[in-house]
Amino acid sequence: MRYLILFLGLLVFASPVSAVDPSEMLSNSLMETRAREISKGLRCVVCQNQSIDDSDAALARDLRVLVRERLVAGDSDNEVVEYVVSRYGDFVLLKPPFKGATLVLWGGPVLFVLIAFFAGLGFYRRQRRGAPSKPAAVALSNTERARLNDLLDKDGS
Amino acid sequence: MNRRVFFLIPLVVFLILTGYFAVGLTKDPKRLPSMLEGKPVPDFDLKPIKGRDNKGFASTDLKGSVALVNIFGSWCVACRAEHPFLMDLKESGAVTIHGIDWREEDPDAGAAWLKKHGDPYALVGDDPKSRAAIAFGVTGAPETFLVDAKGVIRHKIVGPLDKKIWENTVKPMIERLRKVGAS
Amino acid sequence: MTAELGHFALILALFMSILQSTVPLVGAQRRHCSWIALAQPTAILQFLLVALAFGCLVHVYLISDFSVVNVVSNSHTDKPLIYKISGVWGNHEGSLLLWVLILSMFGAAVAVFGGNLPPTLKARVLAVQAMVAVGFYLFMLFTSNPFERIFPPPLNGQGLNPLLQDPGLAFHPPMLYLGYVGFSMAFSFAIAALIEGRVDAAWARWVRPWTLAAWCFLTAGIALGSWWAYYELGWGGWWFWDPVENASFMPWLAGTALLHSATVAEKRDTLKGWTVLLAIITFSLSLLGTFLVRSGVLTSVHAFATDPTRGVFILVLLIIVIGGSLALYAWRGPQLTSTGLFQPVSREGALLFNNLVMTTAAAAVLLGTLYPLLLDALGGGKVSVGAPFFNAVFIPLMIPMIVAMAIGPFLHWKRSDVTPALLRLRLAFGAALLTGLLAFIAHQDGPVLGAIALALGVWLALGAVTELASRIRLFQIPLGDALRRVTRLPRASWGMTLGHLGLAVSIIGMAGAGAWTVESIQVMKPGDRVMISGYEFTFDGAKDSTGPNYSVVAGNFTVRRNGEHVTNLAAEKRIYAVSKQPTTEAAIHTTLAGDLYAVIGDPEGANGAYVTRLYFNPLVVWMWIGTLIMVFGGAISLTDRRHRVGAPKRSRADAAVQGA
Repeated sequence: MRYLILFLGLLVFASPVSAVDPSEMLSNSLMETRAREISKGLRCVVCQNQSIDDSDAALARDLRVLVRERLVAGDSDNEVVEYVVSRYGDFVLLKPPFKGATLVLWGGPVLFVLIAFFAGLGFYRRQRRGAPSKPAAVALSNTERARLNDLLDKDGS
Repeated sequence: MNRRVFFLIPLVVFLILTGYFAVGLTKDPKRLPSMLEGKPVPDFDLKPIKGRDNKGFASTDLKGSVALVNIFGSWCVACRAEHPFLMDLKESGAVTIHGIDWREEDPDAGAAWLKKHGDPYALVGDDPKSRAAIAFGVTGAPETFLVDAKGVIRHKIVGPLDKKIWENTVKPMIERLRKVGAS
Repeated sequence: MTAELGHFALILALFMSILQSTVPLVGAQRRHCSWIALAQPTAILQFLLVALAFGCLVHVYLISDFSVVNVVSNSHTDKPLIYKISGVWGNHEGSLLLWVLILSMFGAAVAVFGGNLPPTLKARVLAVQAMVAVGFYLFMLFTSNPFERIFPPPLNGQGLNPLLQDPGLAFHPPMLYLGYVGFSMAFSFAIAALIEGRVDAAWARWVRPWTLAAWCFLTAGIALGSWWAYYELGWGGWWFWDPVENASFMPWLAGTALLHSATVAEKRDTLKGWTVLLAIITFSLSLLGTFLVRSGVLTSVHAFATDPTRGVFILVLLIIVIGGSLALYAWRGPQLTSTGLFQPVSREGALLFNNLVMTTAAAAVLLGTLYPLLLDALGGGKVSVGAPFFNAVFIPLMIPMIVAMAIGPFLHWKRSDVTPALLRLRLAFGAALLTGLLAFIAHQDGPVLGAIALALGVWLALGAVTELASRIRLFQIPLGDALRRVTRLPRASWGMTLGHLGLAVSIIGMAGAGAWTVESIQVMKPGDRVMISGYEFTFDGAKDSTGPNYSVVAGNFTVRRNGEHVTNLAAEKRIYAVSKQPTTEAAIHTTLAGDLYAVIGDPEGANGAYVTRLYFNPLVVWMWIGTLIMVFGGAISLTDRRHRVGAPKRSRADAAVQGA
C-alpha cells in the first residue's frame, strides 16, 4: 500500500478536498491575505510536500487557525513564522532560510551558472587556440565525408 | 590542463553523490529533531477532559518532579497499541505520566476511551484545537516528552513508547535526572 | 497457473537478456558474425517473453485472482475494467514489469527496424540495452516479484487508491515510462559509441529519432500528470515542484538538451563528447527518477529502512549502470574529438547556450530535490525545499534562454551576426513589450512575473512564426511561391518551429494560470450567487447519487455572464466504497480565455448549504495546448525523410561485415 501512495507521487498531494475553510477565514481581508501568504510558506508537517494552505490534514487546519489568531493578536508576519519555526524547526519552511546548513543549496545554482559560463568560455578559448589539438582518432574516410556532405546538402538546412 | 581530466569529472561527481546517498539511506527521515529538547516546556493551561476529573493540566504542574507527558487521542490507533505499556508503567510506579488528549472531535470520547482501556495518567488536559500540541511541536500521536524536575524537556519519543525504548533510553535518563536533581 | 507461467517467462527473459548482453558484445569485438547475429533473435525473444509475463499479470488482474499478492493489494472485484488493467502498473512490482516491457520493446524495435545500422553497432547497442534489462530482471525476481502467491487467498482485494482510478492517471505512467525508457536507446547508442571509440554524423542521426520519440512521450506524460493534478486535486494547481514531479522533469530538461546537442553533433561534427555525456546523464536521471519515485527515498527514506534489500539493490544497480558508464566515458571519451569550429554567435553557439542553461537547470533541480536527503546524510538537520526555492532558481535561468530561443534559429551555422536577426524580430519585440505592459497595467495587484512571462511567451511565439515566415520568404517573394516553399520545408524544421511555438503557448498559459487566478471560497446556500471575474455562479444545491464503486455528492452550479446562461457545472465529491477515501471531481468549463473551475466541499448546517470553492484560471488551457503542439512538432520531425530513409551507411569495412 505504501508504494501505491508513493506511486507517481503526485499522489503525495492526495488530499483532495483542499484547505482553507470559510469558517477559518478572517473577516479582515487584509489580514486574511497575510494569513494566506504565511500559510503558503509553511509546510504541513504531516504531509509530504504540501503547504498548510493546501492541506486538509487536521494539524494543518489547526496551524492555519493558529496563524490567524496570532495575526489578530497583533503579531507581525515574521513573528508568526518564527513561532512556528521555534516549534518545528526550519523543516516547516518551504523556502529554506539562508544559513550555514543551506549554503550549498542556495550557492549551488549560482555555482552551476558560473561553471556553465566558464565551461562555455573555456570551450571557445580552446577552439580558438587551434583545436582540434589532435586529429580525430577515427576520422571519417574521404568517401564517407563526401557521402555525408552530399546528404546534408540535400536536406538543405 | 590535460584534456582527460574533464572526462573524469562526471564520474567523480557521481561517486560523491553516491556516497551521500549511501549514508542517507541509513537514516530515518520520519524522525524530526525536536526543537524543544533542552528547553523549558512551553506555557499551556489545558481544561480537564469532560467526564474524568476537574483538575486539567498546565505547564506549572510539571515543576518539582520528573514526569512523562504523553500526547494521545481516542482516534489514534498507535496510542491504543501503546496503551497497555503505559498502564504497566503506571502500575510499576516508575514515573508520573500526564496526558494531553489531542483533537477529540467528540468531547466525551477521551474519558470513555480511558474508562475502557484504563487510565495511566495523573493529570489529563484537553487539547481540541492542537494549541498545546503545536506548542510542543507535535506532528503525530502518540508522542511522549520526558520533562525534568525544573520543567525542562529532556527527550522526545515519537511513536509508541514500548518496553525496549523505556529500558534502553528513558529509564536510564530518568535515573540520571533524579540523581542530578537530588544532589 | 497463469502467475507461474508469468514468473517462468520472466526468468527465461532474464536468461535471454544475459545471452543478449554478452555474446553479441564479444562477437562485435572479435568480429564473429554468428555471435553478432545473435543480438537480433535474443532481443526479439526477450521482448516476447516479457510481453508474455506482462500478459499473465494483466490476466490475473482481469480474473481477479486473489491468490496473487499483487492483485490482492491493488485490485478489487468491483473495480471497472479499465482500472483493473491500469492497476497492473499502479504499484511497485507491476510498474517495474511495465518498465522492462517497454525496455525490451525498444530493443526489439532496434532489432527489427535497425536494418541500416552497421551490424557491430547494432550488436553493441542491443547488448547494452540487455545489460540494463538484466539489472531490472534481477531486481524484480529477487525483491519485487509481481507473481508472488498468497495462501490462503483472501475473498477480495484491497482496491486501488481512488485517486488512481482516473483515466488521466491510468495512461500517465505508461507515457512517462515510454519517455524514461526511450532515453535508454540514446544511452545504449552512447555506450556502444564509446566502446567503438567513434561518434560521427551517422551515429548522431541514428540517435536523434529515438531521443525525439522518447522526448515526445515524456513531454506528453508530464503534461498528462499536470493535467490530472489540475482537475483532480481540486484547487487548480498544476505544478508543485514535488520530488516526484522533479523526477520526471530532470530527464526532460537533460533530454531537451540532448536533442539540441545531437543536432550539432550530426550537422557540424562537434560537441560529440558532450552529446554522449548528455545521453548518459539523461538516462541516468530517468533511472534515478524511476527509482526515487519507486523506492520513495525522496518522500520518505523510511521506505528504505523498512525494506533495506530493495534499497541496497537499487543503489548497487545505479552504481553499476551510471558509475560504469561514466567510467567508460572517462576512459574512452577523450578519443571523441571534434572537427567543426564555430563562433559563440552562431547556430551552434545558440544550441550550446541552450545546452548550458538546460543542464544548469537540471543540476539545480537535482540539487534542490536531493538536498534534504544530502543534508540529512551529513547530519545537518532537516530542511524542506519547496516550490519557492525552485521558482527562485528556475525562473531566472529560463528567462535568458527564452529570449535567446527566439533569436537562435535566425543565426547561421559557424559564425553569424545578431543584428539582422534582431531587426527581423523587431515586430515580435514590440508586440511582446506591449503585451507585457498591458498585462502589467491590467493586473497591477498581481505579480510582475506574470506580465514578464506573458511578454516572453508572445516574444517566443512571434519569434517562431517570424522565423518560419522568413524561411519561406513571406512578403519577399510572391505569396504563391512562398506558400509552395511551406510545403517543401524539411519536416525537421517544422519540428523546431512547432516545438518552440508550443513552448511559447505553454508559457502564456502558465503566466495566466500562475499569476492571475481568481479564487473565491465561501459557504453557499441553494440560490446563493457569487460573482467571479465577470461570471455569476448560482448554487443550485447538491444531490446524492451512486457510481459503479463509489457514492457521489454533486453540487450543481449555473453560470451566467451578463445575464446570459454560460454553462451548468456539477462538482462532485466521491466516496469510494472500498477505501472510504473521498476524491473531488472538479467541475471545469474550459474556454480559451480561461477555465471556470468549481469544487464542492463539506456540507455546512442543515439548510443544504455547502462550502464551495470557485476559481477563474485565466488562459490555463493554453498550457496543455502548448504541450500538444510541442509533441505534435516532435512527431512531425520524426517523420522527416532523413529518419525514414535512415542514416547513411558508414564505411566499406562495416559493409563487409554486414555482407558476410
